[in-house]
Amino acid sequence: MTDRTYPDEPVDSFPEPPDSFTDGEGRTIGIEPADADDFEALVDMYVDFDPADRAQGIPPVDEEPIREWLDALFVEGALNVVARHDGRVVGHALLMPDGHGAYELAVFVLHDYQGAGIGTELLKELLGHGQAEGVEQVWLTVERWNDPAIALYRKLGFETSDAESFELEMSIRL
Amino acid sequence: MTVLAESGPGTTDRERRRLLPSGYDRVDMKLLLGIGGSPDGIDALERTLERVAETGDDLTVALLDTVSTDYDLDELEQKARERIDASDVAAETRRVPGHPGSKLTEIAQREGFDRIVLGGGQRSPMGKINLGEVAEFVLLNADISVTLVR
Repeated sequence: MTDRTYPDEPVDSFPEPPDSFTDGEGRTIGIEPADADDFEALVDMYVDFDPADRAQGIPPVDEEPIREWLDALFVEGALNVVARHDGRVVGHALLMPDGHGAYELAVFVLHDYQGAGIGTELLKELLGHGQAEGVEQVWLTVERWNDPAIALYRKLGFETSDAESFELEMSIRL
Repeated sequence: MTVLAESGPGTTDRERRRLLPSGYDRVDMKLLLGIGGSPDGIDALERTLERVAETGDDLTVALLDTVSTDYDLDELEQKARERIDASDVAAETRRVPGHPGSKLTEIAQREGFDRIVLGGGQRSPMGKINLGEVAEFVLLNADISVTLVR
């Protein structure tokens, strides 16, 4: 996995959190970098997460595994961004250092908030946050049948870096 | 598990097994575990040894020539043997050169194995499970049941 390829050219700059926008359902959604203070709100979000929206084994289903998993996502160097509506965390995106100088990306949105553009905004703000923090190489894996997600990643500037595995791998240069 | 040495399931056993009602698994199974250099293979070996110590199934460990191996076949064989010898199970190890997925399914078919066992995949830094190409090939091409160990 260390011989991963990235696009030659970096993408343009993305907006930086904190920010807010009106989603497709007319809701005001705030997007901000997350820290340890957001931990319990994130636990609540993942306890409410629809198991049918899980991918590649995450997020875990029960509260204890959720807490352990979230603990690991708040390691030194990880960048977490949350989407809030009425104080409640309804979306979460992050860049996780991979130990090889690059970052793995993932995004999660609660079922009732999907299809309203929140994932797209979360990803833009996360990538903007990454740019501000000096992140240059980002990659992700996505299930090959997940066309909407793949289309979104492409729109943001991700390119396929490995199509030979079970999951599609994509990368971007910031 | 002395049962192991006595229970090389011949054609009769296999025929009998097919006639058993589903869910009836008291007859020893012939398992082919494939491991490469990745950590999930060694985990799968340890879990399978625990299981086989209870069931008395017949276990063969195929040492695969995987591309992304963290160590070479000698080291893999040594690691596997250490774990097998530390258990109560009399499992055979076998080096399998060539394309891992196709070799594994070929051996399973030719030698009458009942099930192929593989590691459950690697976890990414984020915790996502990524299945390797061996697992994908075997899942799609094997004509017997496949178990991914988690």
